[in-house]
Amino acid sequence: MSPNNRELTVGEMLRNAGVSRRGFIKYCTAMASVMALPPWMGAAMAEQLRNAPRPSVIYLSFQECTGCFESLTRSFAPTIESLIFNVISLDYDDTLMAAAGDAAQTALTTAMKDNAGKYVLVIDGSVPTGAGGAYCTAGGRSAVDTLRDAAKGAAAIVCVGTCSAFGGIPFADPNPTEAWPVTAIVGDKPIINVSGCPPIPEAITGTLLQFVTTGKVPDLDEHRRPKVFFGNTIHDRCYRRPFYDEGKFAKSFDDEGARNGWCLYELGCKGPTTYNACATLKWNGGTSFPIESGHGCIGCAEPGFWDKGSFYAAQSSAEWGKAGDSSPRKVLELGGASAAVGAALGAVSAGVGRLRQHRSEHSAVDAERKGA
Amino acid sequence: MDLLSFARGPALKVAITIFCLGAAWRVVAFALLRIRRDLNKPRASVFKYMTGGLVAVASRSWPHREFIGRTGAGEALGYSYHIGLFALVLLFAPHIAFLGSLVGVTWPGLPSSLITIISVVTLTLFLAVLFRRVTNRVMRMLSNFDDYFSWFITMLVIVTGLAATAHFGAPYQTLLGIHILSFDVLLVWFPFGKLMHAFYIFPSRAINGALLARKGATS
Repeated sequence: MSPNNRELTVGEMLRNAGVSRRGFIKYCTAMASVMALPPWMGAAMAEQLRNAPRPSVIYLSFQECTGCFESLTRSFAPTIESLIFNVISLDYDDTLMAAAGDAAQTALTTAMKDNAGKYVLVIDGSVPTGAGGAYCTAGGRSAVDTLRDAAKGAAAIVCVGTCSAFGGIPFADPNPTEAWPVTAIVGDKPIINVSGCPPIPEAITGTLLQFVTTGKVPDLDEHRRPKVFFGNTIHDRCYRRPFYDEGKFAKSFDDEGARNGWCLYELGCKGPTTYNACATLKWNGGTSFPIESGHGCIGCAEPGFWDKGSFYAAQSSAEWGKAGDSSPRKVLELGGASAAVGAALGAVSAGVGRLRQHRSEHSAVDAERKGA
Repeated sequence: MDLLSFARGPALKVAITIFCLGAAWRVVAFALLRIRRDLNKPRASVFKYMTGGLVAVASRSWPHREFIGRTGAGEALGYSYHIGLFALVLLFAPHIAFLGSLVGVTWPGLPSSLITIISVVTLTLFLAVLFRRVTNRVMRMLSNFDDYFSWFITMLVIVTGLAATAHFGAPYQTLLGIHILSFDVLLVWFPFGKLMHAFYIFPSRAINGALLARKGATS
């Protein structure tokens, strides 16, 4: 992170670090493959990166748990992780940097000043605005003020994690800190959301790398997420999908169906409504992902996931109340009360009908008598 | 609140409330309808005209031998799409999960791929039913808004369900939201339109059969 290193091109930096040209091209090809780019993009990326100065990246952590950063540091191979930190110039990151106090704040302001208009701003965590932003401060400044300042000179903003992308858990009802996602605070910069709680490490590194190498915002979905990682639902790519198609569902987490790897739809898996690459990239070097480990997807990459009812209610089930409420009992109460009112109305309307019929019969008889 | 949460939350509550209220209203009003007293001497015992009602339920659920050539095709069509609807509503796993969340009981379902085939067949039969209604002069003259809207809303639920399964045209959660919302509309319409025949069909056949049996006629 020293200023001298930052001025070197990526190629020079890697040569100094002992990374071979072959290793670097292999890395770029792997990243192009992860991002579903054509094979020639690997070489193009390598060429672009080799001759480019390392782009400055400022990583700000706000109202979060550091899980996203933990995820980022577990990119699936150590060599790739080290390359990521050599490809970009991580000029400020309050979790990793050795500097503290005023020195850290100086590093931030220097990076923002030296790279104005060029740096990539990575945001981790939601932005609390309650109590004048006092719920999250660093260096005597609130998160919301820091974000507004840092966003001014950013080339693009990458929101890492559901908290910065969609508000996440702090944003969930009742949102005591009046937290907001970055998109609610900054409106005039390209924003890329890499959601997830936490996001897949390769989705973070891949998105950063794609922006750094091409200088362009990747294709995004309606939630500003890169389509390359968020283009399909987990359900569509899930290895348990054939069991869904066969109608084979686990009924509990320890039944025979669960042991046989059957679909977890009825146990509340949110895979059908969650767009993410968990089923393809997986976690921990492609070892596994939550569904493979026996638990349904909780939909953490989707907006408002914490407020969408029980994690254990099937996707198609009625949303009758908060988790733990007994739906059938409430349905019976509501349905029974409505039916009772309906029955009373039916009885009244039948009574009125009979009365009218009775009157018309009597008036007919009376008319007949008078006529006679 | 997104569309899906709205459709399966507040909208579903309103729909179930209206459905239960409307259905109970109409069933009770129907049950308490005054039947004109038949002053004639019964030509059969009470037991016979009660069983006559049950016989009518069975016999009128099958085309009469004399008319089978004229009505057989229509009845076969009717039975086919009703069986298709039964399978779609009650034997598709997500529907079982939905109904299970409402009534607290679940049951085994059919494979999703088979349900998709049944959906397509039922959809085709629905189009055939409409074609028959529009091209048959008598049926066309007997039809009104109620018939067409009841057809439309039932069809809409099937089409949106198929679209949701196939992820056709929009994200799954949006399509699922539209599908459940269309079902909510169906629930609201149900007690006030001809879909209510689901409640009336057997009681009305039984009452007609019993009245005829009392007069000594066979159903």
